[in-house]
Amino acid sequence: MSKRIDVKDLNVYYGNFRAVEGVNINIAARSVTAFIGPSGCGKSTFLRTLNRMHEVLPGARVEGQVLLDGDDLYGPGVDPVAVRSHVGMVFQRPNPFPTMSIRDNVLAGVKLNGKKLSKADSEALVESSLLGANLWNEVKDRLDKPGSGLSGGQQQRLCIARAIAVKPDVILMDEPCSALDPISTLAVEDLINELKEKYTVVIVTHNMQQAARVSDKTAFFNIAGTGKPGKLIEYADTTAIFNNPKEKATEDYVSGRFG
Amino acid sequence: MTKAADETAHALPKGPEVTTTQTKTPEQSGGTPKLSSQGGAAGDRIFSGAALTAGIIILVVLCAVAVFLVAQAFPALVAPQDQIASGKGFWQYILPLVVGTVIAAAVALVIATPISIGVALFISHYAPRRVAQILGYVIDLLAAIPSVVFGAWGISFLAPALVPGYNWLASTLGWIPIFSGPASATGKTLLTAAVVLAVMVIPIITSISREIFLQTPKLHEEAALALGATRWEMIRMAVFPFARPGIISAVMLGLGRALGETMAVALVLSSGPLIASLIQSGNQTIAAEIALNFPEASGLSLSTLIAAGLVLFVITLVVNVIARWVISRHKEFSGAN
Amino acid sequence: MTTLTARSPRRSALTRNRLPRFAPWASLAVALIVGAALSTIVGFNAFGWGIFSALAFTFVFVAWSAAVEGSRKAKDKLATCLVVGAFLIALLPLVSVIWTVLVEGTKGLATPGFLGTSMNGVSGIQDNESATAGTRVLGGIYHSLMGTLLITLWATLISVPIGLLTAVYLVEYGNDGRISRAITFFVDVMTGIPSIVAGLFAAAFFATLFGPGTKTGFVAAVALSVLMIPVVVRSSEEMLKIVPNELREASYALGVRKWRTILKIVIPTAISGIASGVTLAIARVIGETAPILVTAGFATKINMNVFADWMSSLPTFIYTQILNPTSPSNPGPSLQRAWGAALVLIICVMILNLIARLVAKFFAPKTGR
Repeated sequence: MSKRIDVKDLNVYYGNFRAVEGVNINIAARSVTAFIGPSGCGKSTFLRTLNRMHEVLPGARVEGQVLLDGDDLYGPGVDPVAVRSHVGMVFQRPNPFPTMSIRDNVLAGVKLNGKKLSKADSEALVESSLLGANLWNEVKDRLDKPGSGLSGGQQQRLCIARAIAVKPDVILMDEPCSALDPISTLAVEDLINELKEKYTVVIVTHNMQQAARVSDKTAFFNIAGTGKPGKLIEYADTTAIFNNPKEKATEDYVSGRFG
Repeated sequence: MTKAADETAHALPKGPEVTTTQTKTPEQSGGTPKLSSQGGAAGDRIFSGAALTAGIIILVVLCAVAVFLVAQAFPALVAPQDQIASGKGFWQYILPLVVGTVIAAAVALVIATPISIGVALFISHYAPRRVAQILGYVIDLLAAIPSVVFGAWGISFLAPALVPGYNWLASTLGWIPIFSGPASATGKTLLTAAVVLAVMVIPIITSISREIFLQTPKLHEEAALALGATRWEMIRMAVFPFARPGIISAVMLGLGRALGETMAVALVLSSGPLIASLIQSGNQTIAAEIALNFPEASGLSLSTLIAAGLVLFVITLVVNVIARWVISRHKEFSGAN
Repeated sequence: MTTLTARSPRRSALTRNRLPRFAPWASLAVALIVGAALSTIVGFNAFGWGIFSALAFTFVFVAWSAAVEGSRKAKDKLATCLVVGAFLIALLPLVSVIWTVLVEGTKGLATPGFLGTSMNGVSGIQDNESATAGTRVLGGIYHSLMGTLLITLWATLISVPIGLLTAVYLVEYGNDGRISRAITFFVDVMTGIPSIVAGLFAAAFFATLFGPGTKTGFVAAVALSVLMIPVVVRSSEEMLKIVPNELREASYALGVRKWRTILKIVIPTAISGIASGVTLAIARVIGETAPILVTAGFATKINMNVFADWMSSLPTFIYTQILNPTSPSNPGPSLQRAWGAALVLIICVMILNLIARLVAKFFAPKTGR
């Protein structure tokens, strides 16, 4: 299920503007990796290149290699749509489909691709996905209610259930807790800890305590100034980044001296 | 090293999946079998193709409108001029119609513009908020009433009701050419037609002006009120300067509608040659002329009517393009975004 | 208007130089009396009384305000009077039209057989009889009602796919490129095409293809489509634009293809707005007269085939019955039928408008918590 990611010399462009420059990073399977850094440093942009979601934005393109267990995501003949069913994504704001029930939201990735599931199979998939997202007990009695009726934290966990129902190898999370209250945040953080048993998890966060709490390894991105590309400054075990950073910029950032 | 995403960016930046790698190398999955197409990419191509086709159809239809109108109008434009409109020639025929059309629309706007702005202000700044929405619906109802019903109302109710007014105008203001008597005894005059047109144009100008009044930055309004301005002074200081281009374009769009409206004029006006007085029977507009004569027309007279339609099309096109141009030119400066 | 606090025994400094709270009512009372007096001089009727009273009210109220409060406040009051007056004036024709249609139309609508028969075989002889001998007015609008429904149905069948797909192209694929800007511009131009020009176009188009004088229901449907497509494009475009981008991204991130995302996520989310927009577009074209006049002719018989022969419709029926009464010497029965048809047409339009509002309100996706 879980796969490792190796990124080699990756540059991201918006039109002619180079947004991210020369990233090399190796992300192990079954781990949680956090990306931290000041706003606009390209960490979210970089995250999106890991499942080619950046291509949704006009003019975005990439140079370099992203290897998923050795297979290049940007190789010739690779279908970006197929990439995304291997590498799932959870967004900043919970975005359940408003026209669908909780059940249909979980099944969305499977059903929307036109796959037919037997009733028993789909029930099993709904239950296992919601169990996997720690949401089953809260919603099992109202699977036919609209997903938008849940609280923010529940909605976000529904989105995670929706992502894992596609059975991805990797789950990317783009600031998944920034729109949530502290209690919901705690629930999602607990969930992330459980998810790493099965999946490779990559999370972008603005919250350094959160990075320290949930991740095994942390990558610090920084930007030299406006109009300059973002760069990967330091990548190491989370404890090392927070307690014993090698770079001055990292130390300044994690100690709150700038950013 | 150029990657797949490169091609994507050049092809269709917002919808990259549509024309990504599969279109070029469908089966060359290389060493990455799992990541290659799962099928269904054809659906993407068919769907985007269908959407593009629909858009192209609109372009084609509009070109076709122009081409077919010109083609059918052509005989009237090239035929010997003494064969057209009982020897008057096309331009002699069309000129009074153009003038009549413009006069009717202009009078309609003179009536409709102040009323529309008043109604829009009433809904946006005077009426209580809860009532305002309902009042908006009520004015929209005016827009929903079919033009032929307005025409029927105009001929059977409004025209007779206006006769006393016309008599009074003719006797007191008769020295002004547009009110020179004797007033029509049936009330079927260009002024009646213009009143009906005004009623039909009011909802158009009102709804656009209302939207723009509501978009006035709250900060400007509150700044004016905080200076001790009365409500009217606030409207003059904050709302009108902001809304002026919007009002102009709303009026232009209303003008486009009034120029092209057929039924109200065809039913209400007792047509005749071009005259200055608005309260005698006489004058005619292009649209009404076409509607009244089309059923019996054939051959060259049909071409003449279609040519008249072409002239109307060009006039409304110019008015509408100017209106859109005013809107787009002021978009950046309005501060609405 | 005034914020005078009646309870305080001492007059507050803030209420000095302000009109008392009863000022509008006092002015109104004066105005009504003056109005009645003035209108009696000219010849009393309720309408004249209303006009004179309104003018008198404005004058009294503004003059009083100018005397007590000064010119700035007086100008404000004058503006208020004008604005409210504009609104009342705008209401007059609406009320008058609806009242006229209701009063005149119920007679026609109540006649037995009005909805169920056509004008086939009804001539001036029958009309003269019913006008002179008071027999029942014969003839009805069945053929026109069917014509209107069929022509509108075909226009909808043509316009909705083209309009909706175009809107999808503009929002999802166009990306503000040259083609999409051209389409947007031409849709704007199309919105401004006078309805009779749309009719002339369809007539000219079919005359070129199938010979002169080709007048059928389908030609009328094409003419109406020219008017309807831009409305459908515009409203659908607005609705598709307000679908949050996050939903599209969520769908793409699940590995769903773009066309399935549009069909299964974007359009269902916007469907209530689209449906309401389409209904309003239908309501707009169902009352169009001029384009049908030049494309489908007039028929007195029932014709259910849009591809052959002339066809009647409610608006053209009203138009011909008023302008060319069946019996020129006794237009009464024709007028009665015309008003009956107008009432039916207005009811259709109002029902469509109501449906549009209800659809927009009740089928909107539930986004609230």
